[in-house]
Amino acid sequence: MSDPHQRPTPEHADWARENRLFEIRREAEKKGRVEAVGIRPAGAPFPLASPETGYYGIPLLKKPPWKWQIPLYFFVGGAAGSTAVIGATARWMGRDRALARDCRYIAAAGTALSTALLVSDLGRPARFLAMMRVFKKQSPMSVGAWTLAIFGTFSAAAAFAEMFERSFPSLPIRVMGDLAEGVSALAGLPFSNYTGVLIGASVVPVWNENVGSLPLHFGMSGLNSAVSILELMGHNHRALNTLGMGASAIETVEGYSIETSSKAAMDPLRRGASGLITRIGGVLSGPLPLALRVAAAFAGSRRSRKLRKAAAASSIAGSMLTRIAWLRAGHVSAANWRLPLEG
Amino acid sequence: MNPTTTAFLTDSTLCIGCKACEVACKEWNGLSGDGLNWSGHSYDNTGGFGHSTWRHVKFVEGSPQPGFGGNAAEHFSWEFSSDVCKHCEVAGCLEACPTGSIVRTEFGGVFIQPDVCNGCGYCVVACPFGVVERDRQDGRVFKCTFCYDRQKVGLEPACAKACPTESIKFGRLDILQLDARERLKELKSRGMHDAQVYDPQDTSVEGIHALFIVRGDPSQYNLPPKPEVPTTYLKAGWTGSAVAAGILLFGSILAFLGSARQ
Repeated sequence: MSDPHQRPTPEHADWARENRLFEIRREAEKKGRVEAVGIRPAGAPFPLASPETGYYGIPLLKKPPWKWQIPLYFFVGGAAGSTAVIGATARWMGRDRALARDCRYIAAAGTALSTALLVSDLGRPARFLAMMRVFKKQSPMSVGAWTLAIFGTFSAAAAFAEMFERSFPSLPIRVMGDLAEGVSALAGLPFSNYTGVLIGASVVPVWNENVGSLPLHFGMSGLNSAVSILELMGHNHRALNTLGMGASAIETVEGYSIETSSKAAMDPLRRGASGLITRIGGVLSGPLPLALRVAAAFAGSRRSRKLRKAAAASSIAGSMLTRIAWLRAGHVSAANWRLPLEG
Repeated sequence: MNPTTTAFLTDSTLCIGCKACEVACKEWNGLSGDGLNWSGHSYDNTGGFGHSTWRHVKFVEGSPQPGFGGNAAEHFSWEFSSDVCKHCEVAGCLEACPTGSIVRTEFGGVFIQPDVCNGCGYCVVACPFGVVERDRQDGRVFKCTFCYDRQKVGLEPACAKACPTESIKFGRLDILQLDARERLKELKSRGMHDAQVYDPQDTSVEGIHALFIVRGDPSQYNLPPKPEVPTTYLKAGWTGSAVAAGILLFGSILAFLGSARQ
């Protein structure tokens, strides 16, 4: 009988494979069992379900079902809401009637566009009316739909009164128009930022992680685009520049806090395509317009005006990109199977 | 507890992965098929819940474990589990629904009234279990109805009726909760020490009406350890909204005041 521990000698043996058999035998003798996993066929390793990989890494959460209309609605709604507040303030403080008038028109046009965008996402107009069946304070979607309904109604009334009064001046119309403007501004306050609460109060990790700061972020983004639209329409009121500066400053802080956060849930805002859009949107709505407005303060009047217009254009693009970025980030975040499975 | 509150108890230790529940659900509710496409994830061709997939049999194919499949090292360990809408005690979808389409039935289930749903899709991002989905063609959202139509006339849900091994049990919630505990004791006495009941009562969901008995870590069945109802984020959100509104209002007033003095 030959010694089993002796290495094989035949000339035609596949030495690697023979040695492997030898190793298996040594391991079996030493440990009493062999821990190798056997042959792995082509394509291996196959996906396995385990606490480390979840259920094959298939996402647990569903992606937000909204189409392109929704980020656009966030942008339009944010701008319209802020415009109503600016317009009412401008009028009550007796500063700039032309500005207040254009604000009424923008707010009314914004609500018409907002409603059209929502109806387009829902599929048909009657579906929007289903929102008016009930009011649920625990649903930001319900609160938002009612805010839009109130804001839209009174913004339209204020704009109509403005138009009517120009041709047929009458005191009752003016009083009603001013009242409508007041209600529209009051509704505009939540309308300009409720979309931050809307997506923040969800199961999507990157959204609910930021639920506290999203309304301010979206609100300032809306304010930034509102003053920018007014400036691009030719309004040159100093207050608009001040507001734009403030909004850009707050947006800069928001961008900084996104960039410096180390939480895993924030990754979609910093990595990949959604991260790139977040970054571009952040620069265009924060530091860039802020720098341009500061530079405008020290420039001659002609040059200053140009710089402020550049800041306005940058802010509008930045605000739009910011909304697209947050919705894209939500998609990426919902596809992350790991976060919801952590304790 | 309300004695009419009904529940599922899905016992993965009894499931044989036959998908009778999936088929029964689709046939009874008139849902379209998922296609026999291999996903590359074991024998799971469904992948997850959808607007037309309300029962989902999970095939948890784990690494080889000693004691499984003889001593052959290449044999995998298997678990099957039929997943379904959890019909949460505090349901994210129900709270989020702006139309009142999603209601709590007299059996304690969470039901979407298809004639009221307007397809806003907010429930989709409010469900911590990824159950609800919007049908792109139809525009509305759909999920397990807990066979409300069958329960109304005293029948058990289609999936439970079709299950050949009684892996899907249907009955009163309070009784099934006791059954689950009994079954767990029995399984442990037979050496299945990794068996556990999935019923996240200490979260904001406050318990579910579809209990599960699974072996090993529930996360490998895509069952989240801490599902949260999004209404828990509302306070922080509306506080932020009030702050933003305040800044907008007082910012505007100050800006116009300041510009007047120049």
